[in-house]
Amino acid sequence: MDTTDSTKGLREKGNDSIQPAIPVSQKAEVNVHDLLEAIHTHYGYDFREYSAAHVKRRIMNRMALTGIEDISQFQAKVLAERAFASTLLQDLSINVTEMFRDPGFYRSLREKVIPILKTYPFIKIWHAGCSTGEEAYSMAIVLQEEGLADRTTIYATDFNQHVLNRAKEGIFSNRLIKEYTTNYQLSGGKESFSDYYISDDQNVIMNQYLKKKIVWANHNLVTDSVFAEVNLILCRNVLIYFDRKLQNQVQTLFHNSLMNGGILCLGTKESLRFTDFRNEYTALDEKQRIFKKKY
Amino acid sequence: MQYEAIVIGVSAGGMNALKTLFSLLPEDFKIPIIIVQHVSPRSENVWIQLLNEKSHLDIKEADEKEKIEKGKVYIAPPNYHLLVEKNKTFSLSVDERVNFARPSIDVLFETAADAYQHHLIGVVLTGANNDGSKGIKRIKECGGLTIVQQPDTAESPYMPASAIATSPPDYILPLEEIIKLLIEIDTPKEKSK
Repeated sequence: MDTTDSTKGLREKGNDSIQPAIPVSQKAEVNVHDLLEAIHTHYGYDFREYSAAHVKRRIMNRMALTGIEDISQFQAKVLAERAFASTLLQDLSINVTEMFRDPGFYRSLREKVIPILKTYPFIKIWHAGCSTGEEAYSMAIVLQEEGLADRTTIYATDFNQHVLNRAKEGIFSNRLIKEYTTNYQLSGGKESFSDYYISDDQNVIMNQYLKKKIVWANHNLVTDSVFAEVNLILCRNVLIYFDRKLQNQVQTLFHNSLMNGGILCLGTKESLRFTDFRNEYTALDEKQRIFKKKY
Repeated sequence: MQYEAIVIGVSAGGMNALKTLFSLLPEDFKIPIIIVQHVSPRSENVWIQLLNEKSHLDIKEADEKEKIEKGKVYIAPPNYHLLVEKNKTFSLSVDERVNFARPSIDVLFETAADAYQHHLIGVVLTGANNDGSKGIKRIKECGGLTIVQQPDTAESPYMPASAIATSPPDYILPLEEIIKLLIEIDTPKEKSK
């Protein structure tokens, strides 16, 4: 019962087109599927096993913004114009994030995970799907305050080079800082948040010593494989966009990348319950979705 | 059954409206109900427990990939959009706010309309913004049944009024009448096939 199956069912129904009230949206459905196939063949990006409802919404939004009503016309434009395709890829990638998102998670990270990390001489952290980097910087701040910065490397990866470039710059809008500061304080921050950036009237830029701890790299969770053995994987609010089959595939990648006893951190609404890996981890904090790989 | 799901959008004044709704819906109410109530992003959803105490039905926060089942009530988790897939399971997203809201009523309504087509009932209740207006229009376009709370009976009339202005609904009723109507629809009648 994954999304792929249901899309197939719909394609057949769409071709029959018996019910006159429905065909418009069903026709759109068929072609969204075709469009994703075409993007995969043409550009190598694979959105075919993403949550179909999400992908369709994003495509419809872009169509509305472009003023194109016909999806085959839209598809032709995507395939013909690389720049336009790139815009659509930005739409389809997940790029909403914030610093210390879910303060309770970061509090739990300090209390339950940091003591485990302290037992290792060197620590590798993989932040998968880092987007514009807010959470990678948050992690760097926690490590700094916990005295682990000198022996840790954070690999922050995303398939979207555009957001990676922005992440690397470490420049964030001033108007978000108030909320980030509240998050930081709620997360158990030990210093003044303003110590970690320099600001002008519009933006803040994160401190150089935080940046030095992070290695930014292009990695696609859907099509790329294991690149390191790590102590901790942080991948929050990325898997919710994938169907079950793809979730399993990515969980396999995570399981293979984690050393025994390694830590897996998921988003607060993501679980291992529907994956093949529910028995491969123990929960360090069930509510905050922090898991430890079994030995 | 003609209708396979009910989606409800509610904002300011929603707690009282939902308390009334769930104190009046019987325990054998079958059509699954899916609700977006605008709440603070940091809300712990303790109010779901409070609602459950008043309710004959099982009310829970929707989980991603969860299968939508009869007799259940699902509420969108705070700070996530709730989407319905074609295979009648939920997806969550942390995309940008829509109408300044996450969860957004429009996101739920539009994806549910796609999934359920004319087997969907959409209900807009009290609220102080225009979220849900586009969504209820889409439900109507897909052949679903649309119901809006009569604005002058709502704790906050703006959201129902906006929905009515965007797309004339099938019913404009006070809350108690809406609940009666839903119970009637849910109760199987003798009818020819």
